[in-house]
Amino acid sequence: MTDAVLTGEERRPFGWRQLLICLYGIVWRESLRFLHQRERFISALVRPLVWLFIFAAGFRQTLGVSIMPPYDTYVLYEVYITPGLIAMIQLFNGMQSSLSMIYDREMGSMRMLLVSPAPRWFLLTSKLLAGVAVSVLQVYAFLIIAYFWEIEPPTWWGYLSVLPSLVLSGLMLGALGMLLSSLIKQLENFAGVMNFVIFPMFFASSALYPLWRVQEGSPWLATVCRLNPFTYSVELIRFAFYQEVDWLSLAVVAGCTVVFLGAAVIAYDPARGMLMRRGG
Amino acid sequence: MTVVADVTSKAIVNALSVERVSHAYGARTALDEVSFKVEPGSFTVLLGLNGAGKSTLFSVITHLYVSRSGVVRIFGRDVARDSGAALALLGVVFQQRTLDPDLSVAQNLAYHGALHGIGARETRERGAVQLGRVGLADRARDKVRFLSGGQMRRVEIARSLLHRPRMLLLDEPTAGLDIKARAEILEVVRGLVADEGIGVLWTTHLVDEIRDEDHVVVLHKGRVLADGPSRSIVADARARSIGEAFSVLTGGAEGDER
Repeated sequence: MTDAVLTGEERRPFGWRQLLICLYGIVWRESLRFLHQRERFISALVRPLVWLFIFAAGFRQTLGVSIMPPYDTYVLYEVYITPGLIAMIQLFNGMQSSLSMIYDREMGSMRMLLVSPAPRWFLLTSKLLAGVAVSVLQVYAFLIIAYFWEIEPPTWWGYLSVLPSLVLSGLMLGALGMLLSSLIKQLENFAGVMNFVIFPMFFASSALYPLWRVQEGSPWLATVCRLNPFTYSVELIRFAFYQEVDWLSLAVVAGCTVVFLGAAVIAYDPARGMLMRRGG
Repeated sequence: MTVVADVTSKAIVNALSVERVSHAYGARTALDEVSFKVEPGSFTVLLGLNGAGKSTLFSVITHLYVSRSGVVRIFGRDVARDSGAALALLGVVFQQRTLDPDLSVAQNLAYHGALHGIGARETRERGAVQLGRVGLADRARDKVRFLSGGQMRRVEIARSLLHRPRMLLLDEPTAGLDIKARAEILEVVRGLVADEGIGVLWTTHLVDEIRDEDHVVVLHKGRVLADGPSRSIVADARARSIGEAFSVLTGGAEGDER
């Protein structure tokens, strides 16, 4: 049966083991690339530190934060905005890695990825997880520096309990970026993403100020904040850092992840998505 | 299983068959009823100018997107419907460089192996063999950044062979290379056809890469104008060379349309 050899019939189908190897390879490559791009690492670290050391220090006196869950005492403003800054790291990272998918597509390495025999939804999810792995590395690097600024969880377990919330919120923001990258052509430069996605999401959320204070100042804005999925990322991380679960945030973040990822997979579907419209 | 049996029972299964593939971007037609095939162990040249529809055809064959109509099969497997099985048999070298310049040659190969579900150790072993084949056995640990353009191409060819494809697709693989590097790459790929019986589709706009015995498909403005051995295309066009035949064919096509 030379034909059998020619047609590759001896090949085993893509099973779980192959899929795991594939996932591992994608995450490994993304992490390796990240470690090689020192500028990217440093700028990802400097951004939240500027907020922490300059913005938060400046506003320390102006914005007192009263006792509210999960805090059982008055906390410094720096402590309050730390979860918001963590989520910001993930927001930037999610948008950045999705933008890199657009450039990747033009550069060909996205096409490399997509000629793998693994199912496309699996490849996209793996790519997403790779981005999440990188963002988690960034967050822990930030937390180490913040520790020396005396921002720390009530117990060391906080560093561990925050991890699942980081993975979930990283997935949501990455999936959102992936969806945007597939739908909106105008977002191909980073300035556009900053203006129309990152800034509005970051400022209209509970990252910088508690919602009840926003409510006092502008009920309208508070409503926007409540409709912003980023708010729930921030709150999920805030509570997880204190070893608590905010169930509403968990539900919103998990639900949004499923919706955004599902929509992104449809957008990248070979039979319809934008790859066809854009291809040349 | 019955499908596989059905496929293998045919006398010759084409390595690649493109059957009446049409595609349009909005109103602009990129491919118009394109049909041709690549037999196992044959070196087939897809000859066409920029804008002839080669990249669209490439995107359809590699399942980046599905054409509006028509079927592409790799060893009988429909790329659109049975894409996993089809892509497992396909090796691709894209026109754009797709190696990570900051990673080593071995790391680049490891990534590709993983994408095809091949474990690290096995990829290392297979990678050593393939790098030896393209004459770069001693460069596995070097960063890709420090390789020449021709060497990068050869790494990409070695990489595309890691998962032991039976059909190899190369999109303008010699673009931007000097004469020596071009000759080396042609030699490597022609060797694969002769020694391993791999089917090769080689796209180019450079007629001097074609030999008389090669199978040539002339693609122009989304249509196949000629399909056959280079020798007979030249004879049919009453030309002296494949280059001349190409001018005659494409010149005629333009006259038809206007």
